[in-house]
Amino acid sequence: MMEPILRVKDIHKAFDGSGVLKGVSLDIHEGEVVVIIGPSGCGKSTLLRCINGLERVDQGEIWLRDQLISGLKDMHLVRQKIGMVFQSYDLFPHMKVMDNLLLGPMKALRKPREAVEAEAMEMLRRVGLAEKAQALPRTLSGGQKQRVALVRAMLMHPELLLLDEITAALDPEMVSEVLNVVIDLAEQGMTMAIVTHEMRFAEAVADRVLFMEQGVIAEEGAPASFFREPKTERARQFLQSFTYASTRKKAQETQAADVGLA
Amino acid sequence: MQDLGISILFKGVNFQRLLLGLWVTLRIALITIGISTALGLLFGLLMMSRSRAARGFCRVWLEIVRFMPQLVLLYLVYFGFARLFGWNLEGETSAILVFSFWGTAEMGDLFRGALTSIPRHQRESAAALGLTKAQINRYILLPQTARRLLPQAINLSTRIIKTTALVKMINVTEVLKVGQQIIGQFYREPSVAFWVYATVFLMYFLICWPISLLAGRLETRWSAG
Repeated sequence: MMEPILRVKDIHKAFDGSGVLKGVSLDIHEGEVVVIIGPSGCGKSTLLRCINGLERVDQGEIWLRDQLISGLKDMHLVRQKIGMVFQSYDLFPHMKVMDNLLLGPMKALRKPREAVEAEAMEMLRRVGLAEKAQALPRTLSGGQKQRVALVRAMLMHPELLLLDEITAALDPEMVSEVLNVVIDLAEQGMTMAIVTHEMRFAEAVADRVLFMEQGVIAEEGAPASFFREPKTERARQFLQSFTYASTRKKAQETQAADVGLA
Repeated sequence: MQDLGISILFKGVNFQRLLLGLWVTLRIALITIGISTALGLLFGLLMMSRSRAARGFCRVWLEIVRFMPQLVLLYLVYFGFARLFGWNLEGETSAILVFSFWGTAEMGDLFRGALTSIPRHQRESAAALGLTKAQINRYILLPQTARRLLPQAINLSTRIIKTTALVKMINVTEVLKVGQQIIGQFYREPSVAFWVYATVFLMYFLICWPISLLAGRLETRWSAG
């Protein structure tokens, strides 16, 4: 088996003395899409933030290929290889869409404008936003902003892309336009770690599902088996919370069946 | 009758005297605004410093400025310091000193407010693009801070301009003082007071109104993200 792109080894993280990550280990291989789910406060977002160096781990190691990146000083060099998109579509409000896209490649990677601009246009076109290149972010809908944020991250050609609940702040009708872009990326072979509450999306996009609970990975498996037959009781309960069983309807059905029998 | 009053305004060099007084007003205001902006940025940084002592120092300064009437401060510096320390400060210098003491603290507080109102995620998503700290400051934080700060800084400037009217109390011959001299000189014409004060009012208005319009326009143009 090939060496993993990312190797997380037994990391711990506490905020103000209360443990958020209590020993998490995880390997991500090239082209793999790992979806992390779990109740809020389970540490899934913190895990992504630690990988990107936005939070410092208290203990444990994170390796990007053969480089130890946890506790590194020059984190900005690592972040050029690990993209991240957040929940609150953080486009830079004082810059046009195109300038948002060019900033990273031109300033961090020092690429010439013309080359990046052509590529940016092409990617905007692919996510259906070519005509918004010169628009200011405040004129865009939430779904459009988040698609731009994805393009902005992709233009850095990251080795790994981290998505932290990128549809959590969106109106329901805009969720799929964003998630379709992510599924596209997965099909192009992008390596991703995704935190989400969209279970059907998780099932569709994941190669592997991690279920986190109270700072540890409580269960992990292929999406097909995980979503149909979770092994742990906690995962079962968590998945249950996404279904809405109506006891009233069930009672009516039973009644109808009874009548049918009689 | 009223024609007489208004004609006195343009009699001899009266109007030029008023304009000269206005220039003194503006000179004090402009120098004060310049000093307040430069020192205010430092003051704002100091307010966000890690040192408790520095933050406490700023806090006390800001409170003094907010609670102490400017006129009292002017008297304190112009009359008080002269007696106590034997400083013989000119009125205009005292005025610039006092107004800058005030403007620096207010400008600093505005700067701090503008900088801290930028959502944490702006910094983080810029960091996620692999930008260095310096690049994040330059391309993301500074431009957004400037946009938030500028309308408020302009409003503060108009307040500073208005407040300069107080300096006549410490014997600076600015526009209001000149006006009163003219009124005194032509006291036989009762309507002259109205016309002189109306003119001074109009002068302040014509200076502050466009500035305030500009602030309003910048605010709508740059508001929201």
